[in-house]
Amino acid sequence: MMKMFKNSKTVAVLIAAFLLFALGASDVLAANAEPKQKNIILATTTSTQDSGLLDVLIPIFEKETGYFVKTIAVGSGQAMAMGQKGEADVLLVHSPDAEKKFMEAGNGVNRRLVMHNDFIIVGPSADPAKIKGLKSSAEALKTIAKAGALFSSRGDNSGTHAKEKALWKQTGITPAGQKWYQETGLGMGQTLNVASEKKGYTLADRGTYLALKKNLGLDVLVEGDAALLNIYHVIEINGTKWPKVNAAGGRAFADFMVSKKTQGIIKTFGVDKFGSPLFFPDAGKKVEDLGK
Amino acid sequence: MELIVQGIVKAFELLLSFDPEVLGITWLSLKISGTATFISLFFGVSIGTAVALTTFPGKRLVISLINTGMGLPPVVVGLFVTIMIWRSGPLGFLEILYTPYAMIIAQAIIATPIVMGISLASIQNLPPNLRLQILALGASRMQMVWVLIKESKLPLLAAVMAGFGGVISEVGASIMVGGNIKGYSRVLTTATVMETGKGNFDIAIALGIILLILAFLVNLLLTHVQQRQRLR
Repeated sequence: MMKMFKNSKTVAVLIAAFLLFALGASDVLAANAEPKQKNIILATTTSTQDSGLLDVLIPIFEKETGYFVKTIAVGSGQAMAMGQKGEADVLLVHSPDAEKKFMEAGNGVNRRLVMHNDFIIVGPSADPAKIKGLKSSAEALKTIAKAGALFSSRGDNSGTHAKEKALWKQTGITPAGQKWYQETGLGMGQTLNVASEKKGYTLADRGTYLALKKNLGLDVLVEGDAALLNIYHVIEINGTKWPKVNAAGGRAFADFMVSKKTQGIIKTFGVDKFGSPLFFPDAGKKVEDLGK
Repeated sequence: MELIVQGIVKAFELLLSFDPEVLGITWLSLKISGTATFISLFFGVSIGTAVALTTFPGKRLVISLINTGMGLPPVVVGLFVTIMIWRSGPLGFLEILYTPYAMIIAQAIIATPIVMGISLASIQNLPPNLRLQILALGASRMQMVWVLIKESKLPLLAAVMAGFGGVISEVGASIMVGGNIKGYSRVLTTATVMETGKGNFDIAIALGIILLILAFLVNLLLTHVQQRQRLR
């Protein structure tokens, strides 16, 4: 009988230990007990999170408005897929052609320009395809294809991937299935690492490249082409199409992104760390005027 | 190599400086995976024991299914849980996607078959005459089941360790249903993925080391309980 008691005690101790975990979890749960409309789901690209910009902006927004922002950092393609199903409240994306289609389908309202930076073509410093200094990005891709030099593509429907596909279209070359063309299906940071390890070329957004530069054996080879602009828009999800969408919250976040104060923060973000800003604020401007 | 050393140094820096963000992430990992393991223990042990002690047509098929479930791919679980609980899903009204709740659910689903499979095997492994003896001594059916569970406590604690180890180290489902939201649903594994993406390899390695230390401490505790029982 005594033995049984001791055994039960051990079991009880274990159960108590796990109950403690469960109780501990209750303060996590309490955070969720606030009114559901307090939550905003922001679907965005990995570059805004990986650059650290959102880590600066979101706490300010939350403090000002009392909303709780759930940032889901995925590719622009997936972010729009979430918006298309009403699974997000607001998008911050950089895939203009896909965004236009998204708006035409009535999924979003009030698409507004937030900021831009640029894409760059990076590759090994030995530059086997000799593209360094080329002015046209399409020309550079053509040269890479001709040389059969390895090119790492995101292959994940992200904004960067969409831009890359558009550039290939300009060249008239179909890279998919070619031996020298590899789709990683990974985020920008990981794709840069793959390109670096395999001594390949890739298209990257400047922000992510700068953030990772110290660990990469890749140089900027082509930049400054107007076709390489990387433009970010904020889109509110259509609340009349999906009643569950937190339209008011989405609007508040979109307003915040284009506000004077936020634009000022974007303007100086990254200067201390990289010596130059990672993004250029553009609220109120027209897309056609960018990069001039 | 230099990077790994940097990572180890960073890990101790983060731990010894009691970095509030890292501590928060570590504590959240422990809470979510601990709760999920606890839930899986309830379902896993009860169903595992029930299947082990009863005979019914198709029992072998059920056991095969449970054993297959022990290798349930976390991303697949994440995908299905996401589809079930997003706004347009059948459980969308719960509004729990991208919350720690959703992570607990997904992790419990991953851990339950592991606990169930090991419980089932351990109860089945007991000498068949033991049941008859216990019943002959006048125990009720419930008492008999309780004694059997206690008799197989060694493998059952192993089941807890396997279940906990499976979910604390899991990343696919957690990032899908939790969303890796800073200060809310970011756990050690999802933070490691993010820091790798950001190129902060030293922090990523540090988080990995903290995860290993955490898993080690939990298993040390459980092993201690398990082996102490054995010596008696």
